[in-house]
Amino acid sequence: MFLIPKPVGKFFHRMASPPHFYDFTSRLIPWLSWIFLFLVVAGLYGGLVLAPADYQQGDSFRIMYIHVPSAWMSMFVYVMMAVAGGIGLVWRLKLAEIVAISSASVGAGFTFIALVTGSLWGKPMWGTWWVWDARLTSELILLFLYLGVIGLYGAIDDKRTASRAVAILALVGVVNIPIIHYSVVWWNTLHQGPIISDELRPTVHISMLWPLLVMAGAFKIYYVIAMLQRARAELVVRERNSQWVKALLESK
Amino acid sequence: MNWQEFFAMGGYAFYVWMSYGITVIVMLVIVVMPIVQRKQFLRQQLLRLKRQEKI
Amino acid sequence: MSLWQAFIAIIQRDLILAFRRRAEMLNPILFFIIVVTLFPLGVGAQPQLLQTIAPGIIWVSALLAAMLSLDGLFRSDFDDGSLEQILLSPHPTSILILGKIIAHWLVTGLPLILVAPLLAEFLGMHSDALIVLLKTLLLGTPVLSLVGAIGVALTVGLRRGGMILSLLVLPLYVPVLIFASNAVEMASGGLPVDAQINILLAMLCLALVLAPLPASAALKMSAS
Repeated sequence: MFLIPKPVGKFFHRMASPPHFYDFTSRLIPWLSWIFLFLVVAGLYGGLVLAPADYQQGDSFRIMYIHVPSAWMSMFVYVMMAVAGGIGLVWRLKLAEIVAISSASVGAGFTFIALVTGSLWGKPMWGTWWVWDARLTSELILLFLYLGVIGLYGAIDDKRTASRAVAILALVGVVNIPIIHYSVVWWNTLHQGPIISDELRPTVHISMLWPLLVMAGAFKIYYVIAMLQRARAELVVRERNSQWVKALLESK
Repeated sequence: MNWQEFFAMGGYAFYVWMSYGITVIVMLVIVVMPIVQRKQFLRQQLLRLKRQEKI
Repeated sequence: MSLWQAFIAIIQRDLILAFRRRAEMLNPILFFIIVVTLFPLGVGAQPQLLQTIAPGIIWVSALLAAMLSLDGLFRSDFDDGSLEQILLSPHPTSILILGKIIAHWLVTGLPLILVAPLLAEFLGMHSDALIVLLKTLLLGTPVLSLVGAIGVALTVGLRRGGMILSLLVLPLYVPVLIFASNAVEMASGGLPVDAQINILLAMLCLALVLAPLPASAALKMSAS
């Protein structure tokens, strides 16, 4: 703990307490929302208006500004979920458990968006709604992994036990995801020839690149906001019999 | 570039706007649903507590 | 008793219990045969087509048969309380669980390997491909038992865990399926399959070492 400066350590210590977490997030979220709004408007303007049309794909390449960040986020969020789950499992921290399950639905949403936008991007290029290319197939399996986490959590009544189960599942998943991904990439090179998802990516000029990075940043902020909202909802339900929730209700 | 050209997206209007549209809807649902659920739960819990106090 | 003795004892116990219900041991084999039979009925019986998709058919069917048999791994012990006793033992749980998984594979996975040549014949598979098929099944089915054990361990406490078990376990089975069926396919064409076999072997080693740990953690959680 010598590597962590005192104020940071104190901050995380306070965040582990449910009432402090609840109070802090209710003040944090409006700030994050403004930052998100700014980034998303800048990114969309850069991607939809400023960036020139791709010479091969025309304007359909603009779907990339949603498809690529959401694919990145689908994997980033899974890792976050596994890390939070691992912390909750080892240190038995309620809030870590809640952050883990709160990330699941956001991650599943990003995976779904990546799949749908991938289909819509591919249809005008390849003529079919679904292509068994490496990235789409990997994303589909990732969606099943997310649904498994969400389903398992819902199926177990005692939520503390459910959190432990989900943490184990997420950790096993995070070890398996690289294995699954590279198996699918390898499989795809045999059956499809060129890797389609690479062909979908246009040669990236800086005017096309910066909106992508801005959108990626915007999506990260969105993840934090959505995850915190879900965490707040989960927290009041889990802590409904505690003093601080009763005090919260009384103040209404 | 005028509005018409912008909406047409070089002929790919359906695909581009469908993508952005679905994304917006999914992202809205995912962030709004927990807020609604939390507020609903707090409301119901308040009623429950009041009922218990009467006993 | 020493750890080794406990390990052997648990394998023996599970084998004896399985043999007491010999009829049930046939179920995975019968399921395997039936599913393979369904494919020609579903896609048409042209020999060329069947020969082309035979590796995939056999491996998908083996996968499904393995998955269906998973429930028997911990179910009866969970129901009568012996699972808790095993978890309470002074020996490391993951080793004892590994013993149960080995016994389970001997009873459910090994029979599939014995029946596979017959089914390969039904589908018109070449004999060089057949040897490779047996190798992949020998390396792959233990991985299915090991990784599947994690899924069963997580769901054994649930009332209708069977449904969610497939959702949990099938994505994890994908790499085995990809490399195994590809190996058999390449062998049909006379191409070398050392890479695929080595990767399957690596997956087996990884699963042998890593899988019992989350499985025993999940069992402790399920039994609590």
